[in-house]
Amino acid sequence: MTTRILVPGDAAARAVGADRVAAALQAGIERRGLAAAIVRTGSRGLFWLEPMVEVETADGRIAYGPVAAADVAGLLDAGLLEGKPHALRLGRPEEIPFLKRQTRVTFARCGIVDPQSLDDYRAHGGYRGLARARELGPAGTVAEVTASGLRGRGGAGFPAGVKWQTAADTPAGTKYIVCNADEGDSGTYADRMLMEGDPFAVIEGMTIAGYAVGAAMGYLYIRSEYPDAILAMERAIATARHAGVLDGFGLEVRVGAGAYVCGEETALLESIEGRRGQVRAKPPLPAHRGLFGRPTVVNNLVTLATVPAILADGAAAYAALGTGRSRGTMPIQLAGNVRHGGLFEAPFGLTLGKLVETVGGGTASGRPVRAVQVGGPLGAYFPPALFDTPFDYEAFAARDGLVGHGGVVVFDDTVDMAHQARFALEFCGIESCGKCTPCRIGAVRGKETVDRILAGENRDANLALIEDLCQTLRDGSLCALGGFTPFPVMSAIRHFPEDFRRRRLPATVA
Amino acid sequence: MGLGSAARSGVAVAAWSEAEGSAIIGRHIGRPGPLLPILHDLQTAFGCVSAEAVVAVAEALNLTRAEVHGVVGFYRDFRRAPAGRHVLKLCRAEACQSMGGEVLARQLLDRFAIGWDGTTADGRLTVEATYCLGLCACAPAAMLDGQPIGRLDRATLDDIVREVEP
Repeated sequence: MTTRILVPGDAAARAVGADRVAAALQAGIERRGLAAAIVRTGSRGLFWLEPMVEVETADGRIAYGPVAAADVAGLLDAGLLEGKPHALRLGRPEEIPFLKRQTRVTFARCGIVDPQSLDDYRAHGGYRGLARARELGPAGTVAEVTASGLRGRGGAGFPAGVKWQTAADTPAGTKYIVCNADEGDSGTYADRMLMEGDPFAVIEGMTIAGYAVGAAMGYLYIRSEYPDAILAMERAIATARHAGVLDGFGLEVRVGAGAYVCGEETALLESIEGRRGQVRAKPPLPAHRGLFGRPTVVNNLVTLATVPAILADGAAAYAALGTGRSRGTMPIQLAGNVRHGGLFEAPFGLTLGKLVETVGGGTASGRPVRAVQVGGPLGAYFPPALFDTPFDYEAFAARDGLVGHGGVVVFDDTVDMAHQARFALEFCGIESCGKCTPCRIGAVRGKETVDRILAGENRDANLALIEDLCQTLRDGSLCALGGFTPFPVMSAIRHFPEDFRRRRLPATVA
Repeated sequence: MGLGSAARSGVAVAAWSEAEGSAIIGRHIGRPGPLLPILHDLQTAFGCVSAEAVVAVAEALNLTRAEVHGVVGFYRDFRRAPAGRHVLKLCRAEACQSMGGEVLARQLLDRFAIGWDGTTADGRLTVEATYCLGLCACAPAAMLDGQPIGRLDRATLDDIVREVEP
């Protein structure tokens, strides 16, 4: 019998040597004449343990990690294929506390299945959701998504069912499903992991959305920084089409070109249409007039990839998880200076402190945590004093922050928060689409003003000016890029005022 | 430690050819929203979207040159001139900042005596700033000729330097 050895093909696992490990394993297997085959899976999302190798034994899977190519010979000598002891042996992956604490709904298959195998997808519950949708009919499917309480996981948190209903209510004719995989927020990688680790879930989710609202064509817009994900999705779509599971639904990948603002839904539509990625004024809503002027549902990739599980197991099961108006689970991505960085899917409601300290294990550097940025570059910086904030859309909003796409970036006590505020404004200036004045000009003037504060010029007056500017950005910008840049800037000023007032050597300015 | 199993000889590109350019454009012309796929494919073939390419695309899609130029200029990915033989994207976003990415980036740029988005005098390397590669739990992160590199440190930087040696 051939033993299966599972080595992640996920880009982050490859970035830390998974390909070298797979090659060393292949060579070792051949040299020793072992009956074993290597399967490249997605990642389980325990990135501090990557490359994490799993082997299928009579007692289930046994994991080893982090494995370097140089460890492979020793592992094979020790009896890797039988799951025998070794210094790198982690035991059953499901028993690793980081995984054991999770409730995996959206990520149920990621890291477990062969991502390019439709049979494997089916064997692990794939296409049960679409089958149930067909039983319920289009209106029943929309009602089910509404009842689940699923909200947009891209950041805005708008109820997915309401969006679908709006598009479904438009007169029949050409409609589109657009999947937003322009995952540009620093600290986030959930879309990427799903595309690489469970691409058929994305395909099934889009197919269900098309069926529910009466759209026969879907576009999947993936950022160009994700070459592995683009390849994985194109291969999986070809497989699905060949196997006939798309059932007439047209599906095409479109590749972004390095513009962060194209993650905003209307800029994304402009980009697919072949124009500069400039934001459109709303109304009209994309659900009324979106891509090529037709009714369009634009959903984040995590939102769409969660739909099959909701349909398969019922809205009630999903809605039973979570807290308040934040129902279901959120794939939280722990990143940056954190000891146990990785994908942590859990029902809404865990506190930020528990996530950072208990789940994440504090900083990677071993120094105290000073700040945590939640929700990407437009999210607020929270100090440990706010670690009692539960992970929940409304709770973060109440503290002038946002959950966003679920990224949590940890910083230790060496961080300079004035520098981070300056970066937020600089980033807004670099990525501004240029359509509205507050964002295009405000970001640049804001950065210049922070530079004056850093140089010690009229600190109080300039801090007041920044606050005034942030109000203009918040109230006067067309989209979240300008509208939310005040979150990181003002949270840095409010929670870390000392960093804006200390004396600096001229060389450290800017 | 080497960087990876994939052989990295750098990116081979051809000089602009009207015939080949037209063939690439022709492959997309019937699609809805063909412009970005065309520009991506032209850049893959020719290493950049040159002035000649802009003219050819504008004519084929019945757009003005200004419209095409405006799109090329908007997106960071599209180049007006070919990059160096190797392209290194270094992430400058927050997760990588939190792990000391800016200091490492500065060391690398100084080593090659170039600035952000600059190309070495011998044309062997272009270093581009990027804002997130989705490798944020393995920060600082980079991408060399499309291959991801995580947990960047002095040793991996040395590997990169060796990798791009002429």
